[in-house]
Amino acid sequence: MTIEVKNLVKKFGSFAALDGVDLKVNDGELLALLGPSGSGKTTLLRIIAGLDWPDSGEVTFNGEDALAQGARERHVGFVFQHYALFRHMTVFENVAFGLRVQPRAVRKDEAAIRSRVKELLDLVQLDWLADRYPSQLSGGQRQRIALARALAIEPRILLLDEPFGALDAKVRKELRKWLRSLHHEIHVTSIFVTHDQEEALEVANRVVVMDKGRIEQIGSPDDVYDNPATAFVHGFIGESIVLPIQIGDGAIRLGDRQLDLAADGLAPGASRLFVRRHDMLVGPPGSGAFEGAVQHVRNFGPVQRAEVALSGGETIEIDAPRDKELRAGDTIGLNPRRYRIFAG
Amino acid sequence: MSALAARRRTLPGFGLTMGLTLSWLSVIILIPLAGLFLRSLELSPEQFWNILSSRRTLNALRVSFGLAFAAACVNLVMGSIIVWALVRYRFPGRRIFDAIVDVPFALPTAVAGVALTALFAEKGWLGAPLAALGLKVAFTPVGIFVAMIFIGIPFVVRTVQPVLQDLDPEIEEAAGSLGASRWQTIVRVILPSLAPALLTGLALAFARAVGEYGSVIFIAGNLPNVSEIAPLLIVIRLSEFRYADATAIAVVMLVVSFVIIFAVNRLQRWAQSRIPAR
Repeated sequence: MTIEVKNLVKKFGSFAALDGVDLKVNDGELLALLGPSGSGKTTLLRIIAGLDWPDSGEVTFNGEDALAQGARERHVGFVFQHYALFRHMTVFENVAFGLRVQPRAVRKDEAAIRSRVKELLDLVQLDWLADRYPSQLSGGQRQRIALARALAIEPRILLLDEPFGALDAKVRKELRKWLRSLHHEIHVTSIFVTHDQEEALEVANRVVVMDKGRIEQIGSPDDVYDNPATAFVHGFIGESIVLPIQIGDGAIRLGDRQLDLAADGLAPGASRLFVRRHDMLVGPPGSGAFEGAVQHVRNFGPVQRAEVALSGGETIEIDAPRDKELRAGDTIGLNPRRYRIFAG
Repeated sequence: MSALAARRRTLPGFGLTMGLTLSWLSVIILIPLAGLFLRSLELSPEQFWNILSSRRTLNALRVSFGLAFAAACVNLVMGSIIVWALVRYRFPGRRIFDAIVDVPFALPTAVAGVALTALFAEKGWLGAPLAALGLKVAFTPVGIFVAMIFIGIPFVVRTVQPVLQDLDPEIEEAAGSLGASRWQTIVRVILPSLAPALLTGLALAFARAVGEYGSVIFIAGNLPNVSEIAPLLIVIRLSEFRYADATAIAVVMLVVSFVIIFAVNRLQRWAQSRIPAR
C-alpha cells in the first residue's frame, strides 16, 4: 500500500499543526516521522489514520481518496503511546476485538477467531498471557498486545504513535529491535512517530524530519545524519556544536578571529557553523582552525568529553578518543574534519 | 514484624483514628439500629407477622421499593446521558447545567415537594397539559415516581462523572480504528468500563429514593394502599402511638434495603474485579 499526502494543512485555532505537508510512503516501507513535540508529526499520523481531519489537502491510499472514509473504513492499524487497551477485557479478548466487531457477513466463526488470536499472540511472543488483564502486564507487554490487536484486522497500513515513548530505556531498546524484525516478517507499510532520533535512525528505512508543521528533510537514516539539509535537522539529529560566524571578504570569522576554513560560495552575512562533537579533531596549538583552552575533561563511555573555551569567547564541548592525552589547562588546536554552514 | 518495627510506624495515629472510627460509627449508626431491632423484639413473631402481612403495610412497602427501583433505573439511563454530555462536549452553559445537577442535593426536600406539587398539580404548568392528555401526576403514584427521580438524579451523575472523565478517549479511537461501529464501541467498550460506577450510582439513587420522605409526601396524595409510602406509614403509626408497628415496618425496610445494597455491592465488586486498577 502506498500512501500519498499532498499539501496537508491543519490548524488548531491560530496554531498551524501542519503547514503544507507533502509526503509519499512506499509500499512495505518502515517510515519514521521524527520531530520535537509540537512539530505536527502526531497530527499527520492521526490524519492518515482517520482520527483527525485536515483543513485542506489530500490523503490517498494506492491512489484512492482516504479522506472520503472514516477511521473504521480505512482498515488501518493504530498503536497508541499509552496502549489504549480495553481494561475490562482479557488479553485474548483485546486481540480478538477487531475480529468480533466485523459485520456478520464477513465475521469469522469462533474457532477461526481463536486460532487467529493464538497466531498473533505467538507472533508477539505473549501467548502465555492470553487470560490476563492489561493491568497485570508490564508496559512492554502491553504495547506488544496493542500491536497484536492492531494487526488482528490485517491492516493495510500500520501506524504507531510514539509506541515506545512510555517505556523505560532498556525495554525500549529491546522493542525497537523487535519491531524492526517484526516488520521484516510481515512487511506491512508502517509509519511510526517518535521524538527520539536514535529510535528513528535505528528502526526506520526512511526518516522524515519535521519541525513546526513542515517537513525539513526526508532521507535514509545515514542521509539525515551525514547530510542534514537544514540547520534544524543538524541541530536536532545528533549532538552538534553550533558557532555564530560572520562571512565576508572571502573569509569566515568567529568573533575577531579569522578561521582557516574555505568560504567559497557562501553568502556574506551572519551564519552558523555546525560541527558534530566527534568531528572536532584535537591537535597541537596553532594546528587547526580553532584554538582553545581545555576547561575540564570527563570520561563518557567510549569517549572523553572536554569542555573547551575557544579564543573567540565561545565554550564548546567536544568528544575525543579516550587515548588522546587531554588535561584541564592544556591549550589545543581544533580542526573540524566535517562541518556545515547554514545562513541565519 | 518485630516489636521495634511495630512501635515505629511511618504513619502514626493508627490506634487513635481506629478507636475514633469504631466508637463514632457505633454511636451514630450501629447503636440506633440495634435499638430499632430491640424495640421490634417486643412483638411476638405472630404480632410481627400480622403487622407486616396487613394489606396496608404490604402496599406501602411495594409502593416505596417498587417506585424507588423504577426511578433509580430511569435515573441510571438519563443520568448516564447527562454525564456523557457534560463530560464529552463543550457547550455554552455547560457549567451552569453541571451546577444544576446538584440542586436536588441541596434543596430542602420539603421545598422540592412543594415545588413539584405546584408544577404537577392539575392546574400547574406541567400538570395541566398532562391532565389534558389524561395523565394525572400529582396525588398519584406517578407523582411519587417523579419526586423520586428528582431527588435521585445527582447520585448517578456524580458517581459516574469522575469515572467517565478518567476514561481515555483513546480507547474509543482504538475501538473505531479496529472497525467497531459507534454502537459497538458504546456497548462493548464504554459501558463495561463504566459498569461499576453505574451500579454504584444506581444503588445510591435507589437507597435515597427508598428513604425519601419530605418531597414525596407533598405530591403523593398519601392514599392508603395506593400512594402511601412506607416511611409515611411509619410516621402515621408513631402518631398513633403504635410504636411496635412502626418499628416492625422500619426493620423490614432496613433489612430489605440492606439486602439490596449488599447485592448491588457484590455485583459492583464483580464488575470491578474485571477492571483491575491500572
